[in-house]
This record gives sequence, C-alpha cells and structure tokens, in this order.
Amino acid sequence: MPEFTDLLFYGLAALTLGFGFLTVANPFSRNPVTNAMFLVLTIISMAGLFVLLHAFFLAAIQVLVYAGAVMVLFLFVIMLLDLPEENRRQIKTLTLGLGTIAVAAIAGIFIKAISHAAPLAASDRWLDGETKPLGKILFETYLLPFEILSLLLLVAMVGVILLSKKDLK
Amino acid sequence: MHAGLNHYLTVSVLLFCLGFLGVITRRNLVVIYMGLELMLNAANLALVAFSRFNANLNGQVMVFFTITVAAAEVAVGLALIVALYRKRGTAHVEDLATLKL
Repeated sequence: MPEFTDLLFYGLAALTLGFGFLTVANPFSRNPVTNAMFLVLTIISMAGLFVLLHAFFLAAIQVLVYAGAVMVLFLFVIMLLDLPEENRRQIKTLTLGLGTIAVAAIAGIFIKAISHAAPLAASDRWLDGETKPLGKILFETYLLPFEILSLLLLVAMVGVILLSKKDLK
Repeated sequence: MHAGLNHYLTVSVLLFCLGFLGVITRRNLVVIYMGLELMLNAANLALVAFSRFNANLNGQVMVFFTITVAAAEVAVGLALIVALYRKRGTAHVEDLATLKL
C-alpha cells in the first residue's frame, strides 16, 4: 500500500515531465509564449517536488526567483523581439530523429547506471530541511562564496546595462 | 513502491534529457535558453534529492548558489540575444551561421 507522499511524488513527477515535454516540444503551438508558460508550470511542479524532499526554503526560492523574476524576463524578451514567426519554419525530420536517438542513448546510460547503483540503506536520519540550519551554514561556512555571489550579480547587472545600450562602443 | 533516491534521480535524468532535446532540436534562441533552464533545474533536483537522502545540507546550499547564478546567466544571455537581434534582425540559429556580425 503506497503512502500518500509516494502518490504525491508520482503525480508531481508526471506533471513535471509532462510540462517539461510541452516546454521543449509542444505539438499544438510553436509560439514561444506558450513554451514560456509551460516552463512556469514545470518550475512550479518542481517546487512541489522540493517540498516533498523537505527543502522548503528552496521551494519558495524556486517559485519566487524562477517562476517570478526569470520568467518575467523571458516574457519581456519574447514580447520585445516579437517572435511569432516560427510558425512557418519546420523542424527538419532528420534533426528531430537524430537528436531523439542521441538524447535517448544518454538517458539510457544514465538510467542503467542509476538502476545498477546499490540502493541506499533505509535510514531514519534523512535530512529534515529546516531553514534555520541552512541559514547558519550559508552565513558561516559559505560566507565567502555568498559575498562573491553578490559581486557576480553586480557584474551581471552592469554587463546587461552595457549590452543593452543602443550603440555598442 | 516507496519513492526513494533512485526515483528522484530518474525524474532528474529524464528532465535533463528533455531540456537537452530542446537545445538540440529547437531553432529559436529564446526557446533554446528555456531548454538550458530545464537542464539546470534537473541538476538542482538531483542535488536536493542527494541532500535529503544523505542527510547533508551542503547540497541545498549548492542549489541556492546555482539558482542565483542561473538568474544572472539568464539576464546576461537574454541581453546578448536582444543585442544580436538588434544587429541582425533575427533570433533563429540558422540565420546566425556566420562569425562576422
């Protein structure tokens, strides 16, 4: 008899993979806005998987940063570029076939490796993802990478402003 | 069946391969970027699963850093795409086959 969390896992995993498939290869629409919307749904169902893994803080960050900020950026660019013209372009069948074969081979290798790995011993000391220890480790052990990360964000911001100037000099 | 580490890793691998398929087959730069985001998210899922089942918090910190770097990467990448679109008037990889602007 499967537990309720297991049923939840299977449901969320199916949703994540289904929405992910519709993100990259939607058979009904070639509009990039549709792809972006399905990417939002993928990310939200993945936040559900994070909750199942007791990573509550990361689930919140996933929704706030990815489904919020990053996807708004994507939609802005799609609207800015005005890209509905992919309708008239067909993906070549050869590209699709060869790509699918290559990707299926990679997936096969990975899944074979996973299924042959020794199963983890069932233990009761699984991580219970409270936010307090995460904040502690973030601001004690990982303080320097955290500060470097803020520098990276500053550099990215300046770079984006520079890149989006009209005349690149 | 009880959902363990292997199940989460399988979902992660499949999601990674979906993103990879998008990067290979799609011809629109913005949609290729979405495939990249899927691949990054799949890696995040694997890290969080390892973190949970090994009772080690470092994986979650790694995912925190990955999400931040991915946000910066998306901003820079999309700015590059917009600059390229201004210069060449297209965002299809087939029209962007030359090295010269």
